[in-house]
Amino acid sequence: MSAKNESFAKTLLVAVTLCLVCSVIVSSAAVVLKEKQIINASLDKKKNVLVAANLLKADTDIETAFANIEQKFVDLDTGKFIELDNPQSFDQRRAAKTSELSVEIENDLAKIGRRSKIAKVYLVKDQQKVDTIILPIHGKGLFSTLYGFIALEADKQTVVGLKFYEQGETAGLGGEVENPLWLALWNGKKLMNSDGEPALTLVKTIPKNEFEVDGLSGATMTTRGIQNMLDYWLSEDGFGRFLSRLDVKNGEA
Amino acid sequence: MAIDTKELKDVILKPVWDNNPIALQVLGVCSALAVTTKLETALVMCMALTVVTAFSNLLISLIRTQIPSSIRIIVQMTIIASLVIVVDQVLKAYAFQTAKQMSVFVGLIITNCIVMGRAEAYAMKNGPVMSFFDGIGNGLGYSVILISVAVIRELFGSGSILGYTILNPVKNGGWYEANGLMLMPPSAFFIIGFLIWAIRSWKPEQVEDAD
Amino acid sequence: MEHYISLFIRSVFIENMALSAFLGMCTFLAVSKKVQTAIGLGVAVVVVQAITVPVNNLLSTYLLNEGALAWAGLPETDLSFLGLIVYIGVIAAIVQILEMILDKFFPALYQALGIFLPLITVNCAILGGSLFMIQREYDLAESVVYGIGSGFGWALAIVALAGIREKMKYSDVPDGLRGLGITFITVGLMALAFMSFSGVQL
Repeated sequence: MSAKNESFAKTLLVAVTLCLVCSVIVSSAAVVLKEKQIINASLDKKKNVLVAANLLKADTDIETAFANIEQKFVDLDTGKFIELDNPQSFDQRRAAKTSELSVEIENDLAKIGRRSKIAKVYLVKDQQKVDTIILPIHGKGLFSTLYGFIALEADKQTVVGLKFYEQGETAGLGGEVENPLWLALWNGKKLMNSDGEPALTLVKTIPKNEFEVDGLSGATMTTRGIQNMLDYWLSEDGFGRFLSRLDVKNGEA
Repeated sequence: MAIDTKELKDVILKPVWDNNPIALQVLGVCSALAVTTKLETALVMCMALTVVTAFSNLLISLIRTQIPSSIRIIVQMTIIASLVIVVDQVLKAYAFQTAKQMSVFVGLIITNCIVMGRAEAYAMKNGPVMSFFDGIGNGLGYSVILISVAVIRELFGSGSILGYTILNPVKNGGWYEANGLMLMPPSAFFIIGFLIWAIRSWKPEQVEDAD
Repeated sequence: MEHYISLFIRSVFIENMALSAFLGMCTFLAVSKKVQTAIGLGVAVVVVQAITVPVNNLLSTYLLNEGALAWAGLPETDLSFLGLIVYIGVIAAIVQILEMILDKFFPALYQALGIFLPLITVNCAILGGSLFMIQREYDLAESVVYGIGSGFGWALAIVALAGIREKMKYSDVPDGLRGLGITFITVGLMALAFMSFSGVQL
């Protein structure tokens, strides 16, 4: 390395040039690929919704299958549908972090602290009639917060399917929440009793009736987390009001 | 510039067996452990790291005569970080599922000592072409260990390789009682420890002296 | 308050940087031959981590996130792709500044910590701390607690490993395993031990 490299001017010149070149490369990569990333992220989300609703077969085209699904926003306090000014930018996870858009949970079963006032739900519709209701749920497991969807039949108590799209539980134990064979056990289970109260339990024994699901062996804390999260999101404070208001015949709430 | 084929071969193959960055130089171990529960993530990680090492070596070597030594480290860091960002963006765009599973570990390539180490030790002193292949060689050395660990962990931990079932596990109705330990963090340490033992038994000159 | 204590315990024991996230391994394995040096490096990591995680948190909330530039009249801008380079820049700069401050005002401390500081810039535990903080969306107070906790957890792990390695000098290890090999296996056993914390619920 020659001595002229060490002068102040040269140092500054190298630093500035390097910054300019790198910033151009990085920004153009980000800008060029942004669209593709957004499409990917939304496809991924749609795919998870479809899996929860048992609508995804091997050869299903995600966009076509998703065409029958309607996105709705629910005010969780009143249980009514509401319209948002800017539905594209709604981010439930960010809303739960913002104090104006969220409320503190009193009986915090799911250990999530705050929840957004508004939730985005998906309805699978046949004309006006609602076939399947897909609700976003999340809550703490052992290591991580699990994010997922639960799909209910129009009777509001029979489970169609469950799907977690984000989790960081122990691989091989709690991580089995992603095992399709375990998720398949949920189909047909009853979440709520006839009084509309959460009644489903995850059990360590062999399930005896439609209110019991086989828990994950070796993953007590994850199983408990899922139980708590369901109890919370289906309670009055979660989607309870919305579910009781929802008129499945006309798709109104 | 004439390239000596023997030297080229040395530059690429030396880091794989004789001077492996993980097994001998203790460089870049962090990510080697966290992304190896599945072969798929390990493969993507290897590719990402090899690309970043090769190109950072190439770029740094190209401008090596222009870099003032007082800001040497930060210049290298900036180049590496920019490359990693590009790789991260590409992965998010074309391999969204895998990128999601790898979470922060793509970003952590920046602090992977292999990249920095090769830039400082090789690219600052050698020509661009050789530096590029040195990067590839070290990337391969890293990949050999990472892929071996991932194959062992996925095969015995989940009974599959690249997601294809080889040993049908009990929980899916098969016969293989999956070894849960293989999916847990500690197993990665054991496997690398034993790999080092194997390599050093084969090449005894790598054995460390007693304290 | 309870929430913060729980986060602290979590980041020290359950989500230990070195033993459950495997971060900072290069220095972890290389600088753990003596307890004395391990303590020095451990303290340096705690200090740097406690500063960089909150600083990066502020930067990401007010500069990089989508909509973070609303205060500057640019609500649509999303600079999060710049995250990596900003965080590593901040870490490098803070380590450098810390080194100068220590050198100038606390020469004794500089003597003790000085040689470790440059090592820290490329310690993945530091960058990893910031990235996990972003990924888990901690707020400012949480990020302070998390920074200290994760640094402390890492320090604890390296000091423990150094203690074990000092004792291991007296053991007769097979040739091929000597040095690095047996260290990996030791760390594996430590990680197993730390896993028993994983059921702790606070």
